[in-house]
Amino acid sequence: MAEEGKFKVTIDGISIDVAPGTTILNAARQIGGDIVPPAMCYYSKLEGSGGKCRTCLVKVSKGSEKDPRPMPKLVASCRTTVMDGMEVQNITSPDVIEARKGVVEMLLINHPLDCPICDQAGECKLQDLGYEHGAEQTRYEFERRTFERIDIGDKIQLHMNRCILCYRCVYVANQLTGRREHGVIYRGDHAEISTFIERALDNEFIGNVIDVCPVGALTDKTFRFKNRVWFTKPVDAHRDCPTCSGKVTLWYKGEEVLRVTGRKDEYNEVEDFICNTCRFEKKHTADWTLEQPTDVDKDSVITANHYTVFNPPPVIKKNPALQAANEEQLSRTERLK
Amino acid sequence: MARKLLLNHVDVPGINGFDVYRQYGGYRAVEKALRTMSPDDVVEEVKKSGLRGRGGAGFPTGMKWGFLAKPEGVPRYLVCNGDESEPGTFKDRYLMTKIPHALVEGMIVSSYALGANTSYIYIRGEMMPQIRIVERAIAEAKAAGFLGKNILGTGYDLEIYVQPGGGAYICGEETALLESLEGKRGNPRIKPPFPAVAGLYGCPTVVNNVESIAATVPIINEGGEEYAKIGIERSTGTKLISASGNIVRPGVYEIELGLPVEEFIYSDEYCGGIANGKRLKAVVAGGSSVPILPANLALKTAKGDARLMTYESLADGGFVTGTAMGSGGFIAFDEDQCIVRNTLNFTRFYHHESCGQCSPCREGTGWMEKVLHKIEYGHGDLSDIDLLWDIQRKIDGNTICPLGDASAWPVASAIRHFRDEFEWHIFHPEEAQTRNYGLAHYADPLIMAE
Repeated sequence: MAEEGKFKVTIDGISIDVAPGTTILNAARQIGGDIVPPAMCYYSKLEGSGGKCRTCLVKVSKGSEKDPRPMPKLVASCRTTVMDGMEVQNITSPDVIEARKGVVEMLLINHPLDCPICDQAGECKLQDLGYEHGAEQTRYEFERRTFERIDIGDKIQLHMNRCILCYRCVYVANQLTGRREHGVIYRGDHAEISTFIERALDNEFIGNVIDVCPVGALTDKTFRFKNRVWFTKPVDAHRDCPTCSGKVTLWYKGEEVLRVTGRKDEYNEVEDFICNTCRFEKKHTADWTLEQPTDVDKDSVITANHYTVFNPPPVIKKNPALQAANEEQLSRTERLK
Repeated sequence: MARKLLLNHVDVPGINGFDVYRQYGGYRAVEKALRTMSPDDVVEEVKKSGLRGRGGAGFPTGMKWGFLAKPEGVPRYLVCNGDESEPGTFKDRYLMTKIPHALVEGMIVSSYALGANTSYIYIRGEMMPQIRIVERAIAEAKAAGFLGKNILGTGYDLEIYVQPGGGAYICGEETALLESLEGKRGNPRIKPPFPAVAGLYGCPTVVNNVESIAATVPIINEGGEEYAKIGIERSTGTKLISASGNIVRPGVYEIELGLPVEEFIYSDEYCGGIANGKRLKAVVAGGSSVPILPANLALKTAKGDARLMTYESLADGGFVTGTAMGSGGFIAFDEDQCIVRNTLNFTRFYHHESCGQCSPCREGTGWMEKVLHKIEYGHGDLSDIDLLWDIQRKIDGNTICPLGDASAWPVASAIRHFRDEFEWHIFHPEEAQTRNYGLAHYADPLIMAE
């Protein structure tokens, strides 16, 4: 039985008590580790996002304690709320793995796969997903759809070929900037992100569309072709900014700051949205108070040749039941620390 | 002669006007419902009738009404889905053209049952004449005191507005319809919440098909139990079927549910048999979205029973040997039709109409179209059939709205039942350009009604 006022949900055999109204994806993120479904379109800081990319599909094998029937279809975990006693299968279900493989394949058929010249390579969710689930060869043998590159303002470039239509940037433009100048036009596989009649978005916070973009469709023109991300070193820094929180990550190559982004967590979501001045104009160490090297996931390509803090696997850290079961492993990680 | 409830006076001249409609017993249901029944009585009556949604999914209408949340101080809405754009379906257009007052009368009764004071009829934007006809009918009803404030002195207020559609097939999906009605881009919403809880403008909303709403009129006039006597088991009442394809008499027919498919195709009362003395090859029983069936399976179920025009009988055998009632768009194919070409045609439609919101449907429909195009024009490989099968399997069930499923099912069933025709296209690419595969073993040539 779950704690008072909380729902017990079991994901891939690991149970956790969460507040009612939590989505399956967020419950999985509270557990952490490999059982967290990937999310390309869901962004916890953007209202209404999610449900579109279908990479986070999971199987609900038991609906709830009251109604134990399984759900007939795979559900999008980012938009399905948990029920008490719900049992969810993610990586333990072959159906889910199969469906996710299908989704990744669909996302890739019209993607140009120009990773060697793409600024996002190394921190691209689609690249990770393709690596985990994609086949080594495409079965798509037709011409891919192509678009012209569009400049959105003088600092951001939109490269629709790479876009997976996650709508995150649309939500950013709607929710952070107040005016509706940025949206989706056309439909089906002709749909494209566009600004209102070629109008450049000149809002102080529009640079955040670069951070939320899971692929390389929206890139920073001040960083364009400067360097590969895995050759740069991220450092947390802050400044006293009148518009935003001023908490950022600086990406260094040698002594030069190549770019400035928001601080991202392990699911690639920024902690605070930052303003354009911080992002595009403050590119000297003197502008910033440095804090520490950014903690980067040890599996990420960005950690190559970097000093990282050794973290015990998160599942062990957060789940007492598993902790007890993995006593030995835990003591080993403690020793190594 | 079968009973007709919706189309019984359809041939009367001037029935699309208020006076003639009233003369033939029109608006009796409104008087009966508003004067003698409480809203819950009306819902109860519809539940008793066993009426199932006529738009495609076949969900019991009474149950749908029962799910409507009724919080205090929040308006409730009834929205009529007249965005009929499924290939092969044209029954709602016919109904709205011929007897628009049946829809208006049904709207008043249904709105009263749900406690809605504002109702909308969302009509496909391409159907401009029908929009004008329905608007005129509403104006006439209002002039006669059946709409507006204090209808028939009962204290019930109702306004009905007609909204021309946004010009997309996807706007017929109920949540996309609500988005479009709110003036936004017609993208389906992610459910839950269902419209019965948070629909139009965040208020509880019921979305019903034109025919479902019109069917409430005979239900109120004759009583739910009387209506339920027509039909078989859980398929009650009458249904409009839009018959098209290679038949002698295409058109809209009102059938009593339970009519054998064989009788529907070959009887002179309905389709009148296959045109030009040809033989039946395949049938799409409920609009382009439902699985296509070869003639032998369309006329008889896999168990050997006669297949009937009911929700259960058509679905007998699941998607392996069965199909679905859908919206009643009945398309018959004769021996000269090419199934590959037809599947390409349907898939092209779904590719064009996909809203582009979720990835499997956005990318998959286009991919299927390209592969089918390749096979149809003689460039296919044998592996393309398996590829098609795999693509449809990865779309089916993985999308936000049923459009993904609807694009996958015709492809799946065409490959399942007509795989030899696909293979023939691949092995004989040049011959396939000049002639069709014709009738194969799967068609049943011998069945002919007297």
